[in-house]
Amino acid sequence: MENKGIGQAGSLESNDLIVTVNLMVGEELDIELESTVKEKFGKQILRVVKETLEEQEITKGHIKIVDKGALDFAVRARVKTAVKRAQGRDI
Amino acid sequence: MNNTVKNAIGREIPLFIEGIGKLKAFQGAYNNMPEGLKHGTKLTRAFKGGEKCLWDLKDSLKKCGIKDGMTLSFHHHFRNGDFLVNQVIDEVAKMGIKDITIFASSLQGVHKPLIEHIKNGVVTGIETSGIRGELGEAITKDHILKKPVIIRSHGGRPRAIAAGDSKIDIAFLAAPAADRYGNVNGVEGPTACGSMGYAMADAEYAEKVVVVTDYLVDYPATPVSIPQTLVDYVVKVEKIGDPTGIVSGATRITKNPLELMIAEEASKAVIASGLVKEGFSFQAGTGGPSLAVAHFLRKKMVQDGIKGSFAAGGTTGYLVDMLNEGLFKTLLDVQCFDLKAVESIKTNPNHVEMSADFYANPHNKGCVANQLDIMILSATEIDVDFNVNVITGSNGVIMGASGGHSDTAAGAKLSIVVAPLLRGRLPIIVDEVTTVITPGETIDAVVTERGVAVNPARKELEDQFRAAGLNVMSIEELKAMAEKLTGKPERINTSGEIVGLVEYRDGTIIDVIRRVVE
Repeated sequence: MENKGIGQAGSLESNDLIVTVNLMVGEELDIELESTVKEKFGKQILRVVKETLEEQEITKGHIKIVDKGALDFAVRARVKTAVKRAQGRDI
Repeated sequence: MNNTVKNAIGREIPLFIEGIGKLKAFQGAYNNMPEGLKHGTKLTRAFKGGEKCLWDLKDSLKKCGIKDGMTLSFHHHFRNGDFLVNQVIDEVAKMGIKDITIFASSLQGVHKPLIEHIKNGVVTGIETSGIRGELGEAITKDHILKKPVIIRSHGGRPRAIAAGDSKIDIAFLAAPAADRYGNVNGVEGPTACGSMGYAMADAEYAEKVVVVTDYLVDYPATPVSIPQTLVDYVVKVEKIGDPTGIVSGATRITKNPLELMIAEEASKAVIASGLVKEGFSFQAGTGGPSLAVAHFLRKKMVQDGIKGSFAAGGTTGYLVDMLNEGLFKTLLDVQCFDLKAVESIKTNPNHVEMSADFYANPHNKGCVANQLDIMILSATEIDVDFNVNVITGSNGVIMGASGGHSDTAAGAKLSIVVAPLLRGRLPIIVDEVTTVITPGETIDAVVTERGVAVNPARKELEDQFRAAGLNVMSIEELKAMAEKLTGKPERINTSGEIVGLVEYRDGTIIDVIRRVVE
């Protein structure tokens, strides 16, 4: 598969999220978070996103999260898949 | 602001608020003793030949002597289909009047135009059961209102009126049908809404009473819900409401399997309590799993041949069916949620209209809530002390309504909260609810899809639940289960500014609502 640099995963259903990553831009990580539960879980979502990106060895790019109250495992899964799609890897 | 006191549930309450006056802190659900006399209105007289019909709202405002600083009252039987609040306040604004307090039984999304009137100083105070939509957001986030909004229960409102805590200068009654001499009923006309229960105390205690209708009928308008003896003026307008907004969406039995599961579990709990027997009484709040409990109790009642005494509160077609099947002797109705309920209250003598005072006022000689055996309640949040929030969202913003929650919880023999363990990512059982509407001492148990927690003060209930095979655990265990899935929620950021006061049904302050900051 071709490396497009941009990948997306997820949905806007309740308890899910959409992750859009663009690995072709920026010198560092720029994470943008919109969430229906930002007041209560904003920090935790960001922490999980950063951890997952670290595991995937992503150090730069624009990451946009639109969250509808997803639990941590869903956040991890959507981030991983979006990154893989951006890298053009088989999933 | 310096002078505060911790109330009986540990919430910090100011003793004085500019523009509102001295406050009394909550002392426990049954401890505040009322004093003094009922509020009185001036004696009046009327002889033959008097004409009450006026041309328009402006005329009625002038005749009632509208001036700066007055309190105008409204009722919410039209829910999101109400036109009257906006029509009256628009007129007040055009006349250059300022500093008005809106004393409403509830406010909805449709009342968003009030935001501009508040910003322009036309409205500086709001007293209500609830606020939905952008108005609540503007009040909590932008602190647009000069005085904190006062949140009252449906029983606390007629109490406050009778006690003279809030003196209504002009009551506006949105009347589905009225005659030229001021008799009103809710069962005829294009905006028929059924019960007029919330408007009755307003009509009785307001200095001036204006009936506004778009459906003028020949004298006398019968049945009479609000009598001519209380009414000063009658105004005929083009339209007082939108019938499609009057019918509430939340009146069918839920199809959501999770909610049905919770409701079934709750019905098992109710049956285990031993209260479901000949002549029992029942009420369920609105919202997913609450009404569905009635559905499961109905099965049990039919199966065992049990007939109940009454079902109360806001009524729906579902309760009407149960009445018609003979499962309840009477419906006591303060507001109709759908057209089937409206039709029933019009035609069935066992479907009885009641005032909010009759329904839930703690400071009269006995309200219906005291006669309830079983009360099923919903919750936005419930904490480990069993305190319940139904007014602010988890983000701290005013979005709900106090309603009859605290009244029925205090009155019923058994009050059970039904709620899912999580809504989206939000745990419903928390360490401390954002805002307390109903104190934990009046809540007996909470039923979720993962387990049932009983208030430790109700040990005998816990034994009954265990004997019936219910999955009983401590409320801390339920909370831990939720947090394991979601993580620990952060605290909302609030400033010191108080944007709302939550008055318990007895007139004491149970909590305050603070401005939410980013």
